[in-house]
Amino acid sequence: MNIGLQRIHTFAVKYFPLVILIAIWELLPALGIVSPDILPSILAIAVALIDLFASGTILEHMRVSLFRAFTGLGLAMVFGITAGVTMAWFMPVRIVLNPLIQMFYPMPKSALIPVVIIWFGIGDASKIVLVFLGCMLPMVVGTFNGARGVDRETIWSARSMGTGDFEMIWRILLPSAMPEILNGARTALALCFALLVSAELLISRHGLGFLIGNYNEIGDNTRMFAVILIFALIGYGADRLYLLLRGRTLAWMG
Amino acid sequence: MAEQTNITVENLSHTYMPPKGKPVLALDGITLSVKDKEFIALLGPSGCGKSTLLYLMGGFLDIQDGQIRVNETPVTEPSRDRGIVFQHFALFPWKTVIQNIRFGLDKMNLAKSERDERARYYIDLVQLHGFEDSFPSQLSGGMKQRAAIARTLAMDPAILLMDEPFGALDAQTRMFMQAELLAILEKTPKTVVFVTHDVHEAVLLADRVAVMSARPGKINEIADIELGGGPKDVKSPEFAEMVDHLWDGVRKEALAAGQGR
Ligand SMILES: Nc1ncnc2c1ncn2[C@@H]1O[C@H](COP(=O)(O)OP(=O)(O)O)[C@@H](O)[C@H]1O
Ligand SMILES: [Mg+2]
Repeated sequence: MNIGLQRIHTFAVKYFPLVILIAIWELLPALGIVSPDILPSILAIAVALIDLFASGTILEHMRVSLFRAFTGLGLAMVFGITAGVTMAWFMPVRIVLNPLIQMFYPMPKSALIPVVIIWFGIGDASKIVLVFLGCMLPMVVGTFNGARGVDRETIWSARSMGTGDFEMIWRILLPSAMPEILNGARTALALCFALLVSAELLISRHGLGFLIGNYNEIGDNTRMFAVILIFALIGYGADRLYLLLRGRTLAWMG
Repeated sequence: MAEQTNITVENLSHTYMPPKGKPVLALDGITLSVKDKEFIALLGPSGCGKSTLLYLMGGFLDIQDGQIRVNETPVTEPSRDRGIVFQHFALFPWKTVIQNIRFGLDKMNLAKSERDERARYYIDLVQLHGFEDSFPSQLSGGMKQRAAIARTLAMDPAILLMDEPFGALDAQTRMFMQAELLAILEKTPKTVVFVTHDVHEAVLLADRVAVMSARPGKINEIADIELGGGPKDVKSPEFAEMVDHLWDGVRKEALAAGQGR
């Protein structure tokens, strides 16, 4: 009967921590515990945010960052899924690639920033390559584990119905590995923004990461926080979109 | 299908080599020949190698020792002529019931109308009408099993390998499906190897029943189920006698298996 009330209740519980955080944020400078230079008020940040959009400053940087992140991520998905499923199906490929992956998996990918800069310059290419390298591993590992985990009877039953190698990969391995592939994709999604910001902060002339570093250098902390907030929102939006697509794709899991 | 389909198993042994632990001898010198359009039931205690034997006949496992031939051709890989119903169904969980049934059907060289017709026919036969668009995760064990049976029967294979195909069904549905299977075989005769641990079911369905020993699986006895010809009368004394006789053999083996061999 009280479904409406119930909704409001869940909503309140869900966002309560956020409200607390904002309250503390506002209180700290107001009470003089921290200087507003270090922690600008939310209102000031919101105004700066609107201004950044209104003046158009941010749009070009956003476009650059999103292009880099999603190109790198997209390439990582295509190559990672292909490599993972090929490794699972063909033993020689597995024997060659597995040790490489074991070696690179634990390495912090941000350590590669200087390398990709030397090799690919300070523009888009180095950022895309970095994101690609970082995101590829979770995609490979997720796909590989998923495809290896396919029940042998599932493969046999497809075989007995006349399924060839290519079709087996495309129509049997990939769909059954999909839950794990999507887990890998979520890790990759988070990683792609992390790597991008690190690289843009360090060496870049465009992008949101560059903007954060730039405002930091000139001491405009309010704008700096505004750009950080944009990143938070992009990340949140991307994750929501991910969950929506995941729900659609994995409806069969019941 | 007018041509002959027989299966010859000669001196077949199989050892599993788990990556960890010691090798398991699952089958030990199985010799068996299944005649054209014959219905053979494999009876034996759990773990005696029934599934292993079926997998080898299906061409899913590599033959290590001995031979299996279908029409004198050695079995080396799975084939569309050998349809299989797996003990654990092996449905494709990301496909709906109808998509599962269409998967193999759509690869066959048949007119679309014929494929539609067959899909509908077998959905109705296994009484899954109304569940065409359900995913396996939304079905009960018995319904999944029926979907798997429909998927295999729809391809009309010359040889049917069935691994405890009615094991997940309730008593009524099982009786119904047993009768339907016999009716289908009446219409489109096939060579059938049917694994079960239900003695009554074996006697009811099969022309011959092979009783296997506890692991490592050997064939202890092959019983001809000729109960005076014609349709079997489950109420006849001969039927009961045959069930009793086979039960003794199975019980002995089950006990042996239980005594930690
Ligand atoms: N992949 C495997 N690895 C090791 N042992 C196995 C494997 N599959 C089956 N076995 C063993 O082989 C024996 C026969 O198994 P199975 O053919 O499944 O018997 P059944 O179908 O008659 O119950 C069992 O003891 C089982 O534990
Ligand atoms: Mg079994």
